[in-house]
Amino acid sequence: MGDIIKSDKIAVDRAELEKRPSVLRGDKVTKVFGYGNSKTVAVNAVNFNFREREVISIVGESGSGKTTLAKMLLGLIGVTEGDVYFKDAKRDISSHRKKKEYWRGIQAVFQDPFSAFNIFSKIDSLLLDCINLMGGKKFSPEKKYEMMSEACSFVNLKYDELTNKYPFELSGGQMQRLMIARIFLLKPKILIADEPTSMVDACSRATILDMLMKLRDEVGMTIIFITHDIGLAYYVSDTVYIMEQGKFVEVGSAEDVIISPQAEYTRRLISDVPKIHEEWDLSTV
Amino acid sequence: MFHQVKQAFRSPKFLVGFIIFTSLLAAAIIYPALSMWHPLQIITRPGFAPPGRYVNIQDVIQVRPLDRRMILVDVDANRLGNVVADEDVYNMIYFLETFLGVPVGHLSVDDQATVIYYWNNYYDPTYRHAGMIMAEHLAWTRFHAQLQVALDGTIIIAYRDEEGYLQEGAGFDTQDFVHIRDIVNVYHFPLGTDNFGRDMLTQMLSAMLVSLRMGLIAGLVATSIGLTLGLVSGYLGGFVDDAILFITNIFTVIPGFILLILITYSLGPAGRGVTVVSAVIGLTAWPWTCRAVRSQVLSLRNRDHVNLSKLSGHSMPRIIVKDILPYVASYVVMALILQISTAILAEAQLSMLGLGPNTAEVATLGLMMQWATMFSAWQVGAWWAFVPVILAIALMAFSLNLMNTGLDQVFNPQLRDS
Ligand SMILES: Nc1ncnc2c1ncn2[C@@H]1O[C@H](COP(=O)(O)OP(=O)(O)OP(=O)(O)O)[C@@H](O)[C@H]1O
Ligand SMILES: [Mg+2]
Repeated sequence: MGDIIKSDKIAVDRAELEKRPSVLRGDKVTKVFGYGNSKTVAVNAVNFNFREREVISIVGESGSGKTTLAKMLLGLIGVTEGDVYFKDAKRDISSHRKKKEYWRGIQAVFQDPFSAFNIFSKIDSLLLDCINLMGGKKFSPEKKYEMMSEACSFVNLKYDELTNKYPFELSGGQMQRLMIARIFLLKPKILIADEPTSMVDACSRATILDMLMKLRDEVGMTIIFITHDIGLAYYVSDTVYIMEQGKFVEVGSAEDVIISPQAEYTRRLISDVPKIHEEWDLSTV
Repeated sequence: MFHQVKQAFRSPKFLVGFIIFTSLLAAAIIYPALSMWHPLQIITRPGFAPPGRYVNIQDVIQVRPLDRRMILVDVDANRLGNVVADEDVYNMIYFLETFLGVPVGHLSVDDQATVIYYWNNYYDPTYRHAGMIMAEHLAWTRFHAQLQVALDGTIIIAYRDEEGYLQEGAGFDTQDFVHIRDIVNVYHFPLGTDNFGRDMLTQMLSAMLVSLRMGLIAGLVATSIGLTLGLVSGYLGGFVDDAILFITNIFTVIPGFILLILITYSLGPAGRGVTVVSAVIGLTAWPWTCRAVRSQVLSLRNRDHVNLSKLSGHSMPRIIVKDILPYVASYVVMALILQISTAILAEAQLSMLGLGPNTAEVATLGLMMQWATMFSAWQVGAWWAFVPVILAIALMAFSLNLMNTGLDQVFNPQLRDS
């Protein structure tokens, strides 16, 4: 299959990657919804170790538990069993203050920009919230304005055109970029992007991925992509986790997993994606 | 928010409902304020008076130039025999014999005509006989005047004062006319009067306002309880949710109206003020708002914007208020409107059972229905005592429900075209 995939992707030096400090590690992380007959094991004892500046993709079919895992990692839902380690220390998010502290280090970009914004509050408040979270509550209005403008221009938006607008007055692409502007302000250690490109066209998709990668280089953050799209996973990531029914069935470098898949499930995923056989190029991704 | 309000007014159903409702409200506020009567003021004699224009008999008589000749007796005393009692005839004979020199035995009680003939010829009201005190003189003068009127065949209206004396009045006969223009007080009872003689329209419109206020209080009580419990229950989940759901289920299983009857009954007449009854109606009506809000919150709390808000470090109360509440607000407004309309109906039902607000100061639509029933308006055919009230209740509920349906179509787009 190696000759099918042509790209200018520079494979990461695995040995160097393994030496980087761990930012997020999971030990038999499990999530069970409901009880009795309606019990669903959404995530089933998964182990993982995400390192600094690593780009990870978690790939799996719909319902395989990707979003559930992401929410657990974000601390939005509880972990039924297992432990999560943040920067090699056991994660403690037992109080709101500790959670707030944790969220300074881990943030997310959501799949559907239309449902990710509160349509009743202005865009300004979204960006201001980020500044406040990062301890900038007491900054002067000029400083805040400057920060927000900078964040907007990073994602090719003009703050002056957005100020005092409501999210529903923006296009889907603009919303998605605004979401990234948020990340720009927060500069978290880890970013979880749950299908950040599934709702936008190919062109905006490339732009968004480009922005995220640029942000990673600037901030040095770890990005965890969650996606159906194994082609995308191959293109952007250092490491790929293949998830099936709540379990990781295959883990490895993008090249290893996609060029020589071990699991049956991975092979099926690859064959299901027609694009994987075509030429991958940033301009069309 | 403003955007949503604008949107609501684009719905024809909402608009129609809103117009009907505001017209009712305006009428209920303006008419009683301009009306010449207090809503519960008794105007006419007891008994249902049909709709129409009324003139007070007193006013008709007062516009006639006062007739100085007369003054008399009971209203129906227009025959000589009734006017001049035997006792009066004895007195007349005594007077004629004593003061006017008529031979004794010449006059007889049985021959009234001769007595009156002599009286008219010899009695001089201006002359005060020696030995007669002033009061006596005046009494005879008055009697003379009465007699003259009685002899004219004129109908007399007079009043007795506290001591039983006849006081000033007026006489009129069949050829007395008054120009309609000159009658000072023409009363208009567009909906007649109720059994107490009170103007129905003024009463009904003011009752509408009271009922609406009760509906609003009940609706606000029900909605705030339902909303708070629904928000907390839906957002927190877990044990709190189970507990609240348990209470809600108990309230849902027991029919609300039975509960309402039991509570209002146990309050006793003294405890049933307007506000208390409204609050009790509200207290029995919150469960379905709670259930509805809870189910909305359950789906909202998993939305990404809530997750994003959490990730921005917002506290739980803030998330509930800023990220959940606005999304259920339109729904809550709809629930409030429905609660108001059901509360108005509940008040009417309660009052019909005699468990409504116990008050003498204001009427409610329910109380008006109760009064109509109590005084058999249905049996005597006094339709004006209940049909307008039923219509008012129906119209109010109709306009509120129409507004609700309109809002439903605006906020639940999948219903829009059906
Ligand atoms: N709150 C919940 N309560 C009960 N079950 C849930 C809940 N959230 C998710 N699940 C179940 O957990 C499983 C995994 O869902 P999840 O959303 O993580 O899948 P996914 O991989 O993100 O799918 P998709 O690609 O469609 O987004 C599904 O079977 C789902 O029904
Ligand atoms: Mg998902």
